[in-house]
Amino acid sequence: MDYHSPANFAEASALAASATGITRFLAGGTDVLVQLRSELVTPDTLIDVKKIEGVSDIIRNADGSWTIGVAATGAEMSEHPELGGDWPGVVEAMDLIGSTQVQGRATLTGNLCNGSPAADSVPAMVAAGVTVTVTGPDGDREVAVEDIPTGPGKTSLAKGELVSAVNIPARGDNGGDAYLRFIPRTEMDIAVVGVGVNLRLDGDTVTEARVSLGAVAPTVLLVEDCAKAIVGSTLGDAALDALAAAAFAACNPIDDKRGTIAFRTEVAGVLAKRAAKIAYARAKGEQA
Amino acid sequence: MALDDRKSEFSFVGTRPNRPDGLDKVTGRAKFGADISAPGMLHGAILRSPHAHARIVKIDTSKAEAHKDVKAVVTRADFADVPFKPGLEGEFWNVLENVMAGEKALYDGHAVAAIAATSALAARDALKLIEVEYEVLPHVTDVDKAMASDAPVIREGAADYSVPAGMHPNVVRYHESGHGDVEAGFAEADLVIEDSFVTEATHQGYIEPHACLGMLGNDGKGELWCTTQGHWIAQKTCAALLGIETSQLRVTASEIGGGFGGKTTVFIEPVALALSRKANRPVKLVMTRSEVFRATGPTSSASMDIKIGMKKDGTISAAQGVFRLQGGAFPGAPGDMTAMCAFAPYNLTNVKQIGYDVMANRPKQAAYRAPGAPMGAFAVESVIDELCKKLDLDPVDVRLKNAAHEGTKASYGPRYERIGLVETLEAAKAHPHYSAPLKPGQGRGISCGFWFNHGGETSVSLSLSEDGSAQLMVGTPDIGGSRASMALMAAEVLGIPYENIRVTIADTATLGYNDVSHGSRVTYASGLATIKAANHAVEKLCERAAASWGIPTDAVKWENGCAVPSGPNAGDFDPRPLADITTHMGSTGGPISGHFEATPEGAGVSFGTHIVDAEVDPETGKTAITRYTVIQDAGKAIHPTYVEGQYQGGAAQGIGWALNEEYIYGEDGRLQNSIFLDYRIPVASDLPMIDTVIVEVPNPGHPFGVRGVGETGIVPPLAAIANAVSHAAGVRMRQLPMSPPRILAALKDNG
Ligand SMILES: Cc1cc2nc3c(=O)[nH]c(=O)nc-3n(C[C@H](O)[C@H](O)[C@H](O)COP(=O)(O)OP(=O)(O)OC[C@H]3O[C@@H](n4cnc5c(N)ncnc54)[C@H](O)[C@@H]3O)c2cc1C
Repeated sequence: MDYHSPANFAEASALAASATGITRFLAGGTDVLVQLRSELVTPDTLIDVKKIEGVSDIIRNADGSWTIGVAATGAEMSEHPELGGDWPGVVEAMDLIGSTQVQGRATLTGNLCNGSPAADSVPAMVAAGVTVTVTGPDGDREVAVEDIPTGPGKTSLAKGELVSAVNIPARGDNGGDAYLRFIPRTEMDIAVVGVGVNLRLDGDTVTEARVSLGAVAPTVLLVEDCAKAIVGSTLGDAALDALAAAAFAACNPIDDKRGTIAFRTEVAGVLAKRAAKIAYARAKGEQA
Repeated sequence: MALDDRKSEFSFVGTRPNRPDGLDKVTGRAKFGADISAPGMLHGAILRSPHAHARIVKIDTSKAEAHKDVKAVVTRADFADVPFKPGLEGEFWNVLENVMAGEKALYDGHAVAAIAATSALAARDALKLIEVEYEVLPHVTDVDKAMASDAPVIREGAADYSVPAGMHPNVVRYHESGHGDVEAGFAEADLVIEDSFVTEATHQGYIEPHACLGMLGNDGKGELWCTTQGHWIAQKTCAALLGIETSQLRVTASEIGGGFGGKTTVFIEPVALALSRKANRPVKLVMTRSEVFRATGPTSSASMDIKIGMKKDGTISAAQGVFRLQGGAFPGAPGDMTAMCAFAPYNLTNVKQIGYDVMANRPKQAAYRAPGAPMGAFAVESVIDELCKKLDLDPVDVRLKNAAHEGTKASYGPRYERIGLVETLEAAKAHPHYSAPLKPGQGRGISCGFWFNHGGETSVSLSLSEDGSAQLMVGTPDIGGSRASMALMAAEVLGIPYENIRVTIADTATLGYNDVSHGSRVTYASGLATIKAANHAVEKLCERAAASWGIPTDAVKWENGCAVPSGPNAGDFDPRPLADITTHMGSTGGPISGHFEATPEGAGVSFGTHIVDAEVDPETGKTAITRYTVIQDAGKAIHPTYVEGQYQGGAAQGIGWALNEEYIYGEDGRLQNSIFLDYRIPVASDLPMIDTVIVEVPNPGHPFGVRGVGETGIVPPLAAIANAVSHAAGVRMRQLPMSPPRILAALKDNG
């Protein structure tokens, strides 16, 4: 196994482009090293991105948007004084990952690029409208988070491409987001269903919404019918029922050791309602 | 056994000093199974079957043997020729077959070959060089399907004499017991409920994986270090499997990171020794978690039919149960234990129970706290709960009405001596938990539970040092704070401080035979042995004092750590403290020690009653346990904190078993969830604070009244939680675990 720790993304990209066999980038390593130890994936080339300058930074830009470095950890996000005020849903989704130890290593980028349909931060990022900057042999491009995963363990990143930054939009006024997941226990488990909701209000009325579902299809879904169900409403019972029905309809899960199709589908609707209520309360400036 | 030294007033017993092994454990100094190495040591790795059932056509180890880092490869041919016998009579053969497959791989994860190499990584990589040709056979993992006429036969001739003619060869033992006339009893009942229940296999879930270091020379002399609940059984079994003399193998037990019954047999130990004999170097073997799940432990899975008749006043007029237990590809599923324990809490006129021991393509079941009893209690106590509900009776009152007491003829045969079930039920009724209001969406469940407890072969030795301190050697690995309890009991007899007694778990060369730390026997049997050994030393101390005073020995008694004249007529001498006598022991007759070797027979049976509140989210089926109270008879709590720890541990493991833990097999017969991510034991935040009440109804068979407490605590939880969840959800749950998908499905079926 070859281990590299390039000094910049261009170098990282070049190393990945010329590598043969299985290549993995090493951010927190909480997926890569676990898969290595359990002999699921033994990479031929390991490219550590943590030595690149600025990769742990969490920056609020002049326009209110955020740039999160690819090695910024869950713990750093939770401890940031302002990020959670703008995007509580994204921060709490990341914070659900693993234990204190895992939080000290795990990153948004790793969670996204590992390609798990059950990744917790991904529905929250999709709902928030997050994009990532992808650096490749031909330079940089900006890609919506929902366009990165293509199936379990698969991404749309081409050979030689890697994520070089995570871009969260400006929060703006009267907005709120939330993420909820279902696990049979209270922590240290993998999402059986995950739901991210992000919305904006004008008075009591929802004017914009993005709803995303995790663990109910081969990739995290952005469900427009869910958004349609609540836009224009004040999140009354009828709108919530329509939201649940749209979530139900969008699910395409599998039966496995972690949950049945019937269960996942049903609970997706339940969680969509609950997450929407939290996001709504947050948009109104209430504590939730 | 004569008990002339019964005691009820105590100075040390009943106090709560820190455990002697505590500092080592919190500082990381304690040596567990994997914390050892030896000069020239090799690392072992085991190749395991990916198939649930397959004939092993050929194993080609030549490529692995040719690898420069590989020093030995073993297969079944490297073990002794242990004869095959039916049922549990052939247990050595069963263990051998489990430790290393013979003609067939019998379950996913079954060991087929092993390697010793210069590093753990090299050993693991070299496994890929072993070529095994399998002929895959049809498999069965479900207990009911394994009994069906079309089930694949796991092994012909495995059934013993007890199995009625005409049963499938996978049924290997049969048990039937009871008394009275159940049909007549059902006819007398005002309400009869008949229902069926299913439980999945669960793993003991100890945090420390199996680990050992084995050394065996070609002269047949060996050393073994391992994490185990019983090093004498490891010694005896390894010697048999390797064809060496028992006494030539010295076995030392490491500190143990949990066992719960799962470390009462051997898995990797004979393999390490076989590799060592071949390589002529020490070999260390440490299991991965996945190996632990696939190839050790679990409990049986069960399928059960219960029929109980009750009168309007709550009297049980008849009870009957059929218990089918699947115990993996070997005889040993405790269908008999399940049957015998199921109705044991009740004083019944008419009772009948049948147990089946059934083989399937799964790992060999191992004991797990009160093996077999929790499943039976789940089924029986669920039906009793349903009867109470339908007849509008209080579940504690009904249990009190039917409770077994001294003199009751137990459902499994004998008459009870003094027992404490009624006292636990009365304590439950009086407990504030039982009358606390419930919130909407919550339900409360009650269950009783029984376990036999065990005595077992026991040897203990105690020696006094010149300075008046004492060394106590016991042979039962400390799985629950027993060193503290032993020191307290020795302190009580000797009259010296707890801190002045050092308790060691001696190796097999240092003491006589000791049974495994199982059957809740340690504080009972090793405790009794400790008291007897200390008394033995006290007799000698009194002799020395008598000699120094020039009076007969029987004119001296032992009081508060001193020899004193037994009365005014004996003479007027100053008390001689223990240290005063031991200082001179070299010149007054030599070393003073005491010992005990016997099989104590008076382990008192034990009962408990649990109260549980559960809250069910009706939209997701998720359960939260909101309050839990364990009430159990300890006879006499030597160290109350560790008794409470056993109660809480039983409840915690029961919560896991009831709600989320299960072995999940795919269509291919492979275990789907062999890691802690997917095998869902409770995490700390899943558990409420578990309250405990220690009831003390002294066991007449122990000098201080001790009853074992380690196992009974896991008997009631499954039922108590199922009853709580069924009330909270408004639908009877008949299958464990009650995972959210199952509860949500039950709610939907219920409309
Ligand atoms: C005990 C434990 C509990 C966990 N619990 C959860 C949980 O609750 N929810 C959850 O969603 N996950 C969980 N995980 C999984 C894991 O922690 C997360 O997916 C985490 O976010 C991964 O981040 P990382 O930085 O450690 O990624 P790494 O392991 O470093 O990388 C993961 C993947 O991302 C790729 N990658 C990393 N950086 C880049 C880059 N810059 N560009 C392109 N590809 C890149 C790697 O090649 C690899 O394929 C858990 C893991 C453990 C060990």
